[in-house]
Formats: sequence, C-alpha cells, structure tokens
Amino acid sequence: MTTHNDSLLRFMTCGSVDDGKSTLIGRLLFDTKTILADTLTQISNTSKKRGMEAVDLSLLTDGLQAEREQGITIDVAYRYFSTGTRKYIIADAPGHEQYTRNMVTAASTANLAIILIDARRGVLTQTRRHSYLAHLVGIQHIVVAVNKMDLMNYSQATYDKICADYLAFAKEIGLAQSRDIKFIPMSALNGDMLVDRLENMPWYTGETLLEMLEEAPAADEEQNAEFRFPVQFVCRPHASADADLHDFRGFMGRIESGDIAVGDAVTVLPNGYQSKVKAIQIGDKQLQSAQTEQSVTILLEDEIDTSRGDMIVKTDSQIEPVKQIEAHVCWLSETPMSPARTYIIRHTTRESKAKVGAIQYKIDVNTLEQQAATELKMNDIARINFKLAQPLMVDSYTQNRAIGAFIVIDESTNNTVGAGMIV
Amino acid sequence: MTTKQPNHTPLSHLDWLEAEAIHILREVAGQCSNPVLLFSGGKDSLCILRLAEKAFRPGRFPFPLMHIDTGHNYQEVIDFRDLRAAELGERLIVRNVEDSMKRGTVVLKSPDEPRNKHQSVTLLEAIEEHGFDCCIGGARRDEEKARAKERIMSFRDEFGQWDPKNQRPELWNLYNARSHKGENIRAFPISNWTEMDVWQYIERENLQLPSIYFAHNRDIIMRGGAMMPANIKLADGEVINVPKAGEMVSNMQVRFRTVGDITCTAPVISDADNVSKIVLETATTTITERGATRLDDQTSDASMEQRKKEGYF
Repeated sequence: MTTHNDSLLRFMTCGSVDDGKSTLIGRLLFDTKTILADTLTQISNTSKKRGMEAVDLSLLTDGLQAEREQGITIDVAYRYFSTGTRKYIIADAPGHEQYTRNMVTAASTANLAIILIDARRGVLTQTRRHSYLAHLVGIQHIVVAVNKMDLMNYSQATYDKICADYLAFAKEIGLAQSRDIKFIPMSALNGDMLVDRLENMPWYTGETLLEMLEEAPAADEEQNAEFRFPVQFVCRPHASADADLHDFRGFMGRIESGDIAVGDAVTVLPNGYQSKVKAIQIGDKQLQSAQTEQSVTILLEDEIDTSRGDMIVKTDSQIEPVKQIEAHVCWLSETPMSPARTYIIRHTTRESKAKVGAIQYKIDVNTLEQQAATELKMNDIARINFKLAQPLMVDSYTQNRAIGAFIVIDESTNNTVGAGMIV
Repeated sequence: MTTKQPNHTPLSHLDWLEAEAIHILREVAGQCSNPVLLFSGGKDSLCILRLAEKAFRPGRFPFPLMHIDTGHNYQEVIDFRDLRAAELGERLIVRNVEDSMKRGTVVLKSPDEPRNKHQSVTLLEAIEEHGFDCCIGGARRDEEKARAKERIMSFRDEFGQWDPKNQRPELWNLYNARSHKGENIRAFPISNWTEMDVWQYIERENLQLPSIYFAHNRDIIMRGGAMMPANIKLADGEVINVPKAGEMVSNMQVRFRTVGDITCTAPVISDADNVSKIVLETATTTITERGATRLDDQTSDASMEQRKKEGYF
C-alpha cells in the first residue's frame, strides 16, 4: 500500500441530496470523529424537531439561513477532516442542473471526485453530466460510489450492472482511457464501506472509501509538467538599514509545476532574458531545490528587470508567449457573455484585455452534443477563441492545469464571470 | 489507466497550507493598492504574522497591522500585541470601539452588552479613514458553518456587507481581489486551516503566544451555561464581569481556546500548560472551538451569518 503520510488530498463530491451526498459527507465526518459533541447535540435536536427517529447526518452540511429559506443550495462549501495520517479538504458542490458553475468551481482544486449513484436509479443524466465535467476540469481520480445499496438488498447483480453501464459511458467520453476510475458499493446511511466495512456485502472485497482516499495521490505528487514560476511579487528592500540588502532582488511566487535547483539555467518570459538560479529561499531558510506547489523566493545570478506577471521557466523549456488562445469556457455570470465586449483574462499572475474572436460551439452537458451559439448564458460551456492585448505564456490545460487555466473578469463590475481551460 | 505516475514526495499538510497562505498574502500585495493586516494578538493572527514574514522578508510587510480594540480585551493580549508589532518593526494602527461610542456611531443597548459585534462599525470607519482596499484576516472555514462557504477573497460592498448570493466564484488559485473605490476585499489566507492545523503550526514554528492560551488558575463565574472569567481589570482601571448577587465564584484551572472581547469569550477547563499538550487536547476534545467558548455565536443558529452580513469579519 502506498503511504501518503501527513500529506493533503483535495476531493469533491458530485451528486444531489437525493443521492445521499450530504449523508455521505456527514458519515465521513462522523466516522472519522470530526464531529464534536456540541454539534452532534445540535443536529440531534433538529432531527427530533423534524420528527426523525435517528440523527440525520445530512444536517451537518445544512446550509446558510438564506439557502434554507429558499430551499436551495447556493454555493460550494468546504469541509475538513483528518485521519491522523492525512488531511482532507472536501469541496461540496450542489448537484442540480443549474449549478454547473459550482461543480466546475469545486472541481478546479480537486484531485479526486466521488460520483454518487443511487443504486435504485443507476446511471442517470446527471451522472453523465458530473462525469463529463470532472473530465473537462481535469480530475485525475474518479470514485464511482453506488450508494443506497441497503435499499437494493445489497445485491451484487445490481452493483455489477451499474458498474458496467458506467464503464460503457466512460469509454464513450474518453474518461475510462485517460483517468483512474474505481467503483465501490456502499450505504452512507448505515455506514457500509465508508470507514468501516460492516457485514452486509461480503461479496465486495475491494477497498473501503476511506482506504481509496488514503491511497489516492495528492496533486503535487503526480505533477510531471515542466517548471513554471509566475512572478507574484518582487522584493527589493533597497531602503533597508542593512547595507547587504541594497542589491537584494528576490522573485517571489509559487512553483505552479515542475521543480528547480540552484544553478539551473532559466529564462524570464515574455522578454527572454537568461540567467541562472543563485538561491532559493522560504523565509530565511535556504533550499538547494524546490518543487511544485511550494511558495519560494528565487534569486538570480544576473540583475534582470522582472516584475509581477513575468514567468520564470527553464531555458530549455518549450513555451512561447502567445496573443491568441482557444479554450473551453464555462460561463459563471447571470449576465450573458457578449462577443461584442472586451473582457479581462487573468492567467497566473498576469492580466490581459481579451476580445472574443469566435464561439465555435456550445456543449450540451447532458447529451454532450455540440451546438451553434452566439452568446453564452450562465452554466453554458463553449469552445471559444480569444484575441489578447498582452502576450500570455500558456500550456494546454490537459498538460498543465495551473498554466492552462484562466478566469474571465468583467471590468465594469470586477466580477469573475468565466472560467477557461486552454485547449 | 492512470495517466501520470507519482514522481514527487508530497508536501506535508502543514507545508502545503503554509505555501497556500504565502501565495494568498503575495496575491493581496500584488493586486491591492492599500491593504492592511488585522492583528489582534490572537493565535490565528500570530500564525498570519509568521506567514507574512515568510512571504515578504527580507523586505518590510507591504501593509500595516491594525487592531480594532473593543476596550474589553485582556491586558496580557494587548501587551503581547504591542510587543510582537515592535519586534517585527512593523507599523501598528489601533482603533477603539470606545471612540466610535464617543462619536455616537456605536450605541450600546446596555453598558454590559458585549462589544464584539460593534467592532464592525469601528472597522468600517477605520477602512474609510485610511482608504484600505483589502483587510487580511485570520478567519477559518472550519470555525462556523456560515464560514464554510466563505471565499478566500471575499467581496464587501461600500457598507461592508457580505452578500452570500453575490460572491465571486473562486477557481484554481486564481484570486480576484479587484474592487472599486469604497468597496473592500477581505482576504483569508488560513481559510483552509483547522484549529488543529493552527496549533500544529504554532508548535512547529515555535511561535510565542499570550499567556492566557495556556492553563492557569483564575476565578470563574457560571453564567448562561458558560464559564465566565470573573473580576477582570481593564487597562483604565475599570473592573468588569463582576459577579452578580447569587452567582458562585470558583477558582479553576482553565485556558482560552479563542481570545476576543472578555464579555463573550469563555475559557475551558484544562491543564494543558504548553503547546504540545494543547495539540494533544485539541486532538481529543469533544467540543468545537466556538461551541465551547463563544457566547455570541449561540444566540441563534444563524447568528454568525447575520453578523457577517452586517460587516463583521
């Protein structure tokens, strides 16, 4: 068994309340002892008030007052638990059709998705939608959780049929060929196969859900893209009382992919200046090398004029500044996207004005059909060309999530109105 | 069927959380023109100060520190706050709820009404006075369910209001901290930390804390089902939390899990007198951080959400 001692896994859950998603999360939190006595008392009082016999674990993820009043879930919620060996961040996205944008948001930071299927209903349109979106947003590990097995007498035949149906569909959209897919039968209500196996499904000898989570690689572990370091901030303490610091010029940022070592030859884009790495620091700690997702300060051998928005890459790297991009865009705003307008694209630490060149097609997330479109409404996903005022240094999203992603900002409201994945 | 093979040792959860928080702080510095870091002397904001050191040293912090003082804070915490700011050589701005009371912008319903919620008014006044476009704070999503949906960069309108239905979607690590004049961003670098993570980080980084976080003996009144520290002398000589007729006072060994306004922050019984004992106690506790210690969150199921809408942190 692979160990991921003390690492961190971000995952998301896809499904609606009817699939038992809230119960699943509640059960994970409860069985890992994350729920403390006062919270439990609170939800057991509410359960009684609502006339239920047992404590309803789904109340643990009960939303905001504003949501309760309207009977809807507005937003992605983040929850936390730890097993002692690993810390988990759950992005809990509402599953309704009109909330594609929430699913895309939750998926953007997840490395694993649990796709819930109600054993009584099998593979539904929403299962297809969730799977397609998980695929599009680049989630590497999919766990298909066939829930409510207790309502199907824990039947292996039911489970096998659902797995076969799902696999057939996953092959159709290319998911099965490119991603790690696992299946598990469970009852979130009873707790079968979540943290404990229990005795109801002796025919299933695979891992429990928690074992799957414990073994899934963290995102930073399986990154194998080239070194990319977008400069966030330049540290120049030239006015410092310490004379040694007068020439200090530290390039601060987060390593979005790859790794770097002292002595490596680097190029600063878009200008193309070349130098070598003189030092790598985190605070006052000196490092010989650093890896993906570390926030560091890099010092170069030569005095190079570099500012926020530039990108440091290895000199032998294949990346060029571009002024046109093609991307899948999910529209997030109630105000439709108008091809006549100019938007701002924020990519890494860099911004550029962007004009919509052409909407090639819109994708129906339920049937996966391509349709012609002249504008994008909230929750639409389309393939779009943009023309840029400033060059951006991009990779394709499938190669490098951090360097292939961007957000679209409406300058008049400053709202984030779109999420883009470069093709 | 896996496309990528593991080729790195993963970062430890504390290293990952630290790297994320540093990235957020640098985004604030890169995107905002006049940010400020809210610093109370409490454990969460002390973690953020360490993160800011890692993010910006050997340079100065690209923002001042600011504390909104209710006037009902523990003297040890205030002294610690001043000491820490001086050690770092960073500028500390203090604004007082009592000045807002004098101006008439804060009106208490009764003299002993908890002042925590009135901090919002003084905070908004200070934001306007200095023209801050972003306030960095130590709030965490695990503290309370209204916070579970909070953004890392949270948008507030010119009245400082949080509208849960009008928040910017936040994807990848691409934060949008833009604001128009008068509007404001609240940035939360340790959103993804839990109480346990905070204590583990304090232990790893060997951070100094105000003494009241550690087990000590003090007089306690039982009031409204919670423990209240009795007879606290404030800096101006006033004594608050005086036992009322019929209230029992007993001397107990306690510590504080959260530190805020004296009138609404209760201690817990504990003999944990150092950080590693607190880490152990946090791992085995059966009561949530706010459930045990914050009287102001217990008034209704939605009280945190209500205060946030009014501009509270």
